[in-house]
Amino acid sequence: MSVSAPSRISGIGRLTPFRAQRIWEHNYIAYRRLWKVVFSGFFEPVFYLFSVGVGIGALVGDVSGPGGVPVSYAAFVAPALMAASAMNGAVIETTFNIFFKLRFQNVYEGILTTPMQPADIAIGEIGWALLRGVLYSSTFIIVMVVMGLTTSWLAILAIPGSVLVGFAFGAVGLAATTYMRSWQDFDLVTLATMPMFLFSGTFYPLDVYPPAIQLVAKISPLYHGTELLRGFTLGVLDWTMLVHALFLLVMGLIGAAIANRRLDAMLRK
Amino acid sequence: MTDTLVEARGLTKRFDDLTAVDGIDFDIHQGEAFGFLGPNGAGKTSTMKMITTVSPITEGKLTVFGLDPTTQGRSIRQRIGVVPQEDNLDLELTVSENLYIYGRYHDMSRAEINPRITELLEFAQLSDRRDSTVEPLSGGMKRRLTIARALINDPDLIILDEPTTGLDPQARHLLWDRLYRLKRDGATLIITTHYMDEAEQLCDRLVVMDQGKIVAEGSPRELIEQYAPREVLELRFDDEQRDDAVIKMDGVAARSEVLADRVLLYTDDADDTQRALHDRGVHPEQVLVRRSTLEDVFLRLTGRRLID
Amino acid sequence: MTVLSRSLRVAESEAIAYRRTWRGTVISSFINPILFLAAMGAGLGSLVDSGSGELAVPYLAFVATGLMAASGMQNGATDGSFPVMAGILWRKNFIGAISTPISPSDIIYGRFLWAMLRLTFVLVVFAVIAVLFGAMEIGPALLAVPPAVLTGLGFLTVITSWTVTQKDGLSLSTLFRFAIVPLFLFSGTFFPISQLPGFLQPVAYVTPLFHGVELVRKIALPGVDASVVTSIPMWIHFAYLLTMVAVGLYLSTRLLDKRLRP
Repeated sequence: MSVSAPSRISGIGRLTPFRAQRIWEHNYIAYRRLWKVVFSGFFEPVFYLFSVGVGIGALVGDVSGPGGVPVSYAAFVAPALMAASAMNGAVIETTFNIFFKLRFQNVYEGILTTPMQPADIAIGEIGWALLRGVLYSSTFIIVMVVMGLTTSWLAILAIPGSVLVGFAFGAVGLAATTYMRSWQDFDLVTLATMPMFLFSGTFYPLDVYPPAIQLVAKISPLYHGTELLRGFTLGVLDWTMLVHALFLLVMGLIGAAIANRRLDAMLRK
Repeated sequence: MTDTLVEARGLTKRFDDLTAVDGIDFDIHQGEAFGFLGPNGAGKTSTMKMITTVSPITEGKLTVFGLDPTTQGRSIRQRIGVVPQEDNLDLELTVSENLYIYGRYHDMSRAEINPRITELLEFAQLSDRRDSTVEPLSGGMKRRLTIARALINDPDLIILDEPTTGLDPQARHLLWDRLYRLKRDGATLIITTHYMDEAEQLCDRLVVMDQGKIVAEGSPRELIEQYAPREVLELRFDDEQRDDAVIKMDGVAARSEVLADRVLLYTDDADDTQRALHDRGVHPEQVLVRRSTLEDVFLRLTGRRLID
Repeated sequence: MTVLSRSLRVAESEAIAYRRTWRGTVISSFINPILFLAAMGAGLGSLVDSGSGELAVPYLAFVATGLMAASGMQNGATDGSFPVMAGILWRKNFIGAISTPISPSDIIYGRFLWAMLRLTFVLVVFAVIAVLFGAMEIGPALLAVPPAVLTGLGFLTVITSWTVTQKDGLSLSTLFRFAIVPLFLFSGTFFPISQLPGFLQPVAYVTPLFHGVELVRKIALPGVDASVVTSIPMWIHFAYLLTMVAVGLYLSTRLLDKRLRP
């Protein structure tokens, strides 16, 4: 073989302060081949919506929506499913996928031998998770429009709303993943998201519960996401939505801070 | 000194109550291949991690390119290439994508990266695997890809942690050949290894590490000359005869080591020593004469073998 | 050794493995069905019962019986998919087993026996909890356990025979997304099939979960009327599920043999 070592080239690489977008680029390349798997995640909430729309809705009739206005049952549940899909997309991304890369593949250790920093990874991965959540929720809202479940122009605001949901859950999911030791611990993820999905005012207004349980349900982050999106898709604005948005924002910021600190401690021993 | 790329003085790394690296000093110069030889747990990998700025220094002084790893880690990492002990290739990406994304981590443009990928794949003898996924590659191919990945940013310093551990002999020689080419073309290499043959093959200069400390320093030849006589007689005995033979052999060679499976005699002239053994009535089952190696140096310095 | 004693060895090995992995199944086997019962049966039930009043039974009872059959399906489908793929590809315990006197068909029969035991336990627990919720009476609830188990075994065997033909784990997730979840949502668990658009009803009638749900409902809620269940005689449901088990067993023994000893 007459191959020589690679030639020396000059002026290679630059130092830019912010490069979290490189993580997106990485994930984009990796997901190009897996788009079917990602895309199939979109169907679950749609199946639920059909089930509610054609079946359960007829049993329930109208329910009282935000501000006590009666709305069809499907229109009531749809924004909740939209919030849940943003949650699920973000949580799957930052728990299962990240755990594999973190614990088994040591992908991040390699990345940190380049100019990338732990914060780039944390911000990049949370941002990507949020994107996946938003992908689900924004395609979902198209289904809602087609089914006539939202007529207000305010519904467009549900997309930035689901960005907040994705951010909050993606950040907390990433923080949680840094504490996970084995695959068994992922049962805890299901144990957290499943009750949230069922009891956050998704399928009926919280007032069917006794006041004490209502209070518990209101701590659920998904409840805040659901209420925020419901206000937008049903076209009823209310100052409490500001509280819901703030809750999600603060939750996301705390999660991101913990995730960043933990990743740094884990990867730079 | 302009040609010193890495300088360490009293460099120390402690994890809770374990001192992994215990106040070591070394200088690594432009254009040399510098080795850290030692058994597992000697502190080699911890030292590498401090140089690559992924592990904070506990005590002492370390500069890389004259920069401080604590505050200028990013600028240092921009100029180094790292081949870790365990492959951490991205299994979700293809061979060329693995190179591409590392180029992007270094903020290189697509136009800069693509010709480089072609060049590096040729260097790593992986051109025909360009679009293959990483999973089915052999251990040797994965290592070569990891080395190619470390070269994407044309680093001034290449750090290889146990580059051939776990590879079969053929794959090792192929890899050594690639590293030799890099060296020939002026690259600065830092190599850790617990294989003496690897250190002898690749390193211009090396330090021997044991339990966090540097116990010797020099070129492979210097170390062998300094710490081990020229030749080694390896003797095997029947279990019953052994103890008796050990007593009889006392003083026959410059130095001897009694190992679990054999006895090593260090001598400047193996023929002389063999005659002396015969005269003393020592008749080993098996005799092997060889040149001294770094393994013998290590045995001399620590009383233990490199590989258990 | 006879087929029975060899199969019992396989069941035993499943039981031993279960001592380590049971924690992972607690959520899917016990907690999820109970959460659904509380959320949909009790919570949503209060809306349904004060709503249109189209159902002749409390919604809680309707959903509890549906979930009982659906839980059988979930457990059977899970047992027939991931652990089977693991036995062939990841844990390779099937490969190990057939280097002993155990044959591929023993593996199928042994896992079947073990699943029968585990499904019975899971479904008795669910039935008792549903009784505590006030969804049904204890006697009929326990009588409905065997049909729910049968539903689970139908899914176990048929899905096993499908899994052994699959290349990797990716298609298993697809199965759950595009078969199990839709069955769960549209086969009468949460609302009567009669609510579906007319052209979809025949589709629902031929799904296996529908027959499981119907059977459980007809046994657990004696004397329910036509707004809740169909007038299809019970023996048809039984025949459907038994056929499914028989075909599933036949195919899975054949196909596993082909997969492991090509």
